[in-house]
Amino acid sequence: MAMFLIRRIGHGILVLWLISVAVFGLFFVAPSNVAQTLAGRQATPETIALIKHRLGLDLPVWKQYLHFLGNALKGNLGYDYYHQVAVTKIIAQALPITVSLALGAAVLWLLLGVFNGVISATHPRSLADRGLTLFSLFFYSFPSFLLGLLLLYFLYFRLTLAGFNWFPAGGYSPIAGGIGPWVQHLVLPWIALALLLAATYTRLTRGSMLDVLGEDYIRTARSKGIRESRVVVVHGLRSALTPVITQFGIDLGQLIGGVVVTETVFSLPGLGQTAVVAINQQDLPVIIGIVLFASAAVVVANILVDIGYAVLDPRVRLH
Amino acid sequence: MTAAIEMVDVLDEPKAIEGRSPFVLAVHRLRKDKVAMISLAVILLIVLMAIFAPVFTAITGHPPNEQYRDIGLTPDGLPRGPNGTFWLGTDDLGRDILVRIAYGARVSLLVGVIATAITVVIGVVLGLAAGFLGGITDTVLARLIDVVLSVPFLLVAIALVSVTGPSLTVTVLVIGCFSWASVARIVRGQVLSLREREFVEAARSLGAGDGRIMFVDVLPNVMAPVIVYTTLLIPVVIVTQATLSFLGLGLPPPTADWGGMISSSQNYYTTAWWFILFPGLALLITTLAFNLFGDGVRDAFDPRADRT
Amino acid sequence: MTTDVLLKVENVRKEFPTHSKEVVQAVAGVSLEVHKGETLGLVGETGCGKSTLARCMAHLYDVTSGSVTFEGQDITKLSRKAMRPLRRDVQVIFQDPYGSLNPRRRVGSIIGDPFAIHNIASGNERKKKVQELMELVGLNPEHYNRFPAEFSGGQRQRIGVARALALRPKLVICDEPVSALDVSIQAQIINLLADLQKEFDLTYVFISHDLSVVRHVSNRIAVMYLGKIVELAPTDELFSQTRHPYTRALLSALPVADPDTADSREQIILGGDIPSATNPPEGCRFHTRCPKARLDCAAEEPPLEAVLDDSWQHRTACFYPLTVGEDLSTAVPDLKAS
Repeated sequence: MAMFLIRRIGHGILVLWLISVAVFGLFFVAPSNVAQTLAGRQATPETIALIKHRLGLDLPVWKQYLHFLGNALKGNLGYDYYHQVAVTKIIAQALPITVSLALGAAVLWLLLGVFNGVISATHPRSLADRGLTLFSLFFYSFPSFLLGLLLLYFLYFRLTLAGFNWFPAGGYSPIAGGIGPWVQHLVLPWIALALLLAATYTRLTRGSMLDVLGEDYIRTARSKGIRESRVVVVHGLRSALTPVITQFGIDLGQLIGGVVVTETVFSLPGLGQTAVVAINQQDLPVIIGIVLFASAAVVVANILVDIGYAVLDPRVRLH
Repeated sequence: MTAAIEMVDVLDEPKAIEGRSPFVLAVHRLRKDKVAMISLAVILLIVLMAIFAPVFTAITGHPPNEQYRDIGLTPDGLPRGPNGTFWLGTDDLGRDILVRIAYGARVSLLVGVIATAITVVIGVVLGLAAGFLGGITDTVLARLIDVVLSVPFLLVAIALVSVTGPSLTVTVLVIGCFSWASVARIVRGQVLSLREREFVEAARSLGAGDGRIMFVDVLPNVMAPVIVYTTLLIPVVIVTQATLSFLGLGLPPPTADWGGMISSSQNYYTTAWWFILFPGLALLITTLAFNLFGDGVRDAFDPRADRT
Repeated sequence: MTTDVLLKVENVRKEFPTHSKEVVQAVAGVSLEVHKGETLGLVGETGCGKSTLARCMAHLYDVTSGSVTFEGQDITKLSRKAMRPLRRDVQVIFQDPYGSLNPRRRVGSIIGDPFAIHNIASGNERKKKVQELMELVGLNPEHYNRFPAEFSGGQRQRIGVARALALRPKLVICDEPVSALDVSIQAQIINLLADLQKEFDLTYVFISHDLSVVRHVSNRIAVMYLGKIVELAPTDELFSQTRHPYTRALLSALPVADPDTADSREQIILGGDIPSATNPPEGCRFHTRCPKARLDCAAEEPPLEAVLDDSWQHRTACFYPLTVGEDLSTAVPDLKAS
């Protein structure tokens, strides 16, 4: 187990290092006029050169990379070009918002997906099964920005017009400012995200549930006269959830860098929106910092999933 | 097993000498799937709309990028709702939304198909190589797959497009280069178990080389999941393209594309519902049709997935 | 008997690494010769290494040590490319008629594979050759375009035979070709193989765990136990002058048609399981289960050689070979130091 852990973490570090090289190379090789932007329109070439020097942009790329890597290992991801704020601080400010969004949505989509999946699996080919499949595919097909805009249109604009001021147009209210406003600001983004992702879980739960319900031990349980609901939930669902939980871990990791659109639509200043702003300003340290951080989230989530798997199923460790 | 096979023989026309390939059988199953067939019809309609987009211009007399600032906008400069001249209304610049939707279909389908094709070809070849050749090739490719799958795709895509400047080629390349990894992972997993099968050893005992075994013997056996994945990937790619457009990184204006239209409708959704509704519907119907069709393809090619 | 050697296996070892850094000795030093025109039977229990040995013979595996010589040429170290021309002469019929045929390819293209791979015939010419082959092995040539799943197990094995014979090989290694088939079908395939041998002057290495099948087809039989050959003899002699206790045990398990003799026949039940190939016993590998085992059996490994008054044709790896008529059922092992 220890060997497995070490190997797995080693792989993770290797992957992160490769990503840092790739991302760094990609963005620093691309033409940049950030010094020009910073210096303003009337800047002399000398000023621009000076700014470049101050930002370390006059060094060869590999030197800049080594510098970056050295700092990164010490927990310093550099400073943004415009206000000299530490990238780690920017991430620390944006992260709670993204995490609030991701976790809340996760609870919703898990409940929705697993519930629908179980209903579908216990009534295969029924009207309910087909209806739920269609329902989940319908929302799965939605581009996230469209779903977000529609939710805003109906649940914010129409409701507010009708005098129900339930949901805000967007923005974020920190949890420290009270649970109520926090939830109020996040409900719509949660729904938008959850509807989108629930489809995968419905299908996954349905498929693995159907597999499990076909197993001999389920038939044994039934033949012992155990109540059907108990058979389904206690005997079936428990083992059917393994692939669901795996997928959940992976998705959660990916959401850290993947909720760009939802955050943009609902004006949530989380990691995704911060990154988009940085991209528009060519604020490389921030872009690289967030991309690396989001990648690390995926890597860590995958490792946790693998460990969970290895704990549950010792055969995995051998491979 | 033997009994089952003889059953098939009996059920078949006794004189049917032409064997039915698993592919033909799957297509046969797919044909009986009403939802999938309706979805396919819808997809074909959209394809026809894209191909014959100029016909919409001919009928309405409105070129896609023509701005009718006089008759296409209200005196306040707002978009006009659906009427006899502009069947689906106009956008913020007084352009005909119907015609622009028809032309926008070209972008969505083109990107959807080409980027998916690139993705699948790269993914299949690398997945085959990794799974079949093993050793150092596999180690390197497996890490590469990990890297690509760990990168926050949309962020990097946005960043890349913003650096290179938006264009059709960049969009296609960015999507293609970042999506192959999941295909490769699926194929690799399948190949890892396939290469232990006796028919691979049989091919080797006949003197077949790696290339031949990979493409003649192994590839046909991974085609079913690849076909399924491909049909399900097309709508994902279409949405990705629309998302890039929505974020302002689609095609340079004035080219019509659905994501861009929805993006520019954002400021008008309180006053001009048709501006977001029709492009949104076009996009939604397209992805829904592809997803429903893909779902049918999955059931047809992998009957196990939907057994009861 | 002519001793025109077609294939010579010398001291071949094949080890597989396991996950826990041990090695499985699937083949632990085997030497034998395959003579032109004969059928050499290779029997042993599941896991004794006979299939691995077969794959080493066909150079599908690289041997760990030792050498395999085909028609005087050492093929052990040949690269895949260098081996290609020889593939025409050495063919394999596989055990599993389901696994050994690619389920996604049409039968015509499967049987035509050898022609395609060796660039021998293409297009209509290939199709004609394939259909001739199908006819030869008793398949309907009109089923050329069918898929393997549309055939029964026996028919599938005929497809495997047709593919192996396509290039008129000199040596055919049959790896349990009938084990996966119904008994009634087994006879058909065995007869087919025998007919083809006569017609094309083939040499067979015939592998099976079923001694009665091997007896029926082989001129000579090699008995394997835990990666080693324990006895190698002409078929009749192996049955009439059984020397190795393990061979005797295998023979005693054969069904007998006559109920009278069946009752009076000696029954040898071997104690224990086959030892692990990762950690084989010292000395004679069979000593842990042998009724005649003595102390030196555990200390030293008996060489494979002619014992008692046997000719060189009959070799046995045993320090205490059986004499004709010796009753093994009452023997008791004695492994205590005296």
